[in-house]
Amino acid sequence: MVTGFSLPIIAPLGPEIFLAVIGCAVILADIIWKEQRYVVPVVSMAGAAAALIMVTKASGISFNGMYTVDAFSAFFKIVCLLGLMFAILMSLRHLDIMGVQRVGEYYSLMIFSCVGMMIMASATDLIVLYLGLELMALSVYCLVGLLKTDPRASEAAVKYLLLGAFSSCLLLFGMSYLYGTTGTTDMAAISKAMAAGKLTANPAFMMGLGLVVIAFCFKVAAAPFHMWTPDAYEGAMTPVTAYMSVGPKAAGFAALGRVLMEAFPNAHSEWVTAMIILAFLTMAIGNITALCQTSIKRMLAYSSIAHAGYALIGFLPGTAEGASATMNYLFMYLFMNMGAFAVIILLQYKCLVGEALEDYKGLAKTHPVAAGLMLVFMFSLTGIPPTAGFIGKFNIFMAALHAGYTWIVIFAVLFSAISAYFYLRVVMLMYMYEPEREMEIAPSGALSAVLAIALTGVILLGCYPNGILSYASKAIMGH
Amino acid sequence: MVHLSWYLTVSAMLFCIGMFGFLTRRNIIMMLLCIELMLNSVNLNLAAMSHYMEDIRGQVLVFFIIAVAAAEAAIGLGIVVTLFRNYHSVHTEDITKLKG
Repeated sequence: MVTGFSLPIIAPLGPEIFLAVIGCAVILADIIWKEQRYVVPVVSMAGAAAALIMVTKASGISFNGMYTVDAFSAFFKIVCLLGLMFAILMSLRHLDIMGVQRVGEYYSLMIFSCVGMMIMASATDLIVLYLGLELMALSVYCLVGLLKTDPRASEAAVKYLLLGAFSSCLLLFGMSYLYGTTGTTDMAAISKAMAAGKLTANPAFMMGLGLVVIAFCFKVAAAPFHMWTPDAYEGAMTPVTAYMSVGPKAAGFAALGRVLMEAFPNAHSEWVTAMIILAFLTMAIGNITALCQTSIKRMLAYSSIAHAGYALIGFLPGTAEGASATMNYLFMYLFMNMGAFAVIILLQYKCLVGEALEDYKGLAKTHPVAAGLMLVFMFSLTGIPPTAGFIGKFNIFMAALHAGYTWIVIFAVLFSAISAYFYLRVVMLMYMYEPEREMEIAPSGALSAVLAIALTGVILLGCYPNGILSYASKAIMGH
Repeated sequence: MVHLSWYLTVSAMLFCIGMFGFLTRRNIIMMLLCIELMLNSVNLNLAAMSHYMEDIRGQVLVFFIIAVAAAEAAIGLGIVVTLFRNYHSVHTEDITKLKG
């Protein structure tokens, strides 16, 4: 018997579809208005802002439960879209300085990678999750290698691509075993099949789970799967690096959180040990390696590895409190990291200037405002009150302590004390040394806006965190 | 009839060959080929399981993987071309501008 065929309800996917259309429109706009270089960024920015408004309104479940738009996914989508908007604003002047000719493909790749992140955040089926992940990853590989004549960019892109593709293979191999043992790719159904069949005793299932977790650790740059991060961050253009350190990471955490809490809540005692070890290694390698870096982008790359370690701690308890602490942390990390990268871009008046730590010597004398902003962002990354970084770390540590993970919190606090050395070294270079040479800066209205928003975010979230805290916990409860 | 475990064994062997190749080869094009090998071992796995369980989802995923693998190969080779223009080599030991 032929049953009626009905199209899936696409309303919950409104923001994603809209943003994908904008991504295509941007390429067309670039061809039509070749001379006006500001049309494309304005269209991208307006599209991202409209999608942001749509995300706050959209909700529902579509495609037979494969795609869930709930408060949890909306939270991560907001983080990704804000990251996209920051990155667009930062790119305006920087693309001119770096001599990028066709700006259409740059913005359109950024938008498409954001669509991929949004799909990842909403995916409740492994197939959709994989597709979102690849859409994001493939766009970001291209973005990293966009400066075709720069050897560092192509080297970074090829390293990122090879390790990213390798991790996708691990993810898929793991997924194939999960599918084989549970007979489904739907996360809720996997969880049910697991409880029914006592699958934690099945080595094939556990291998699948392990491979999936490892693949996500590649994506969020958790040690020992972080090898691509410093190279990819250093070789890419600075706005792309800023975007990569926030967007794909948030999307990776969204997917990891969804997989761990929705598909494998019954295997908590199995995965929690692995996650503790991963979080410990990530914090240790990130913080200790950052000590001996001479390039600020590389230093921030290792710092982002270390921050992934802190964020992982939030997932350990498997509770709503822990997950919402991680979400808050990623939201706050968005502002402080974007701010720090915006200062680097401000100093990149000529291609490579501003990348070495040495360039920051005596910045407080020549450009006191830039130095002051960097000071705030470095304090926040260290986790010194009254900045957002402190509140974020405090919440994660409290959540882990409530669940009884005392040792990992002790280590996290120790590593965070170590991190003060390399963050505050930047401050020391800026304030306690004489300037060695004349530094020119490249201010622009858009970049000032980024700096102002990031500064406001860091201070406000540090002083009045209640709004965001309750929003994130609501997002988890509604989930 | 060919039993499911035979397919799974072949696919696991293919995956291991691909992984071994990826980790030991120093030519980037060979590494990309090894990735294709790993992806196809997953496809074999999924198709066999899907057929065995009489469930269509696995085969749907196979189609998606084939499409994404094609896109990945296109982007990968594109990046290798830019790399070759800049370094005149596709061997990992020659490509060492970024380190620290």
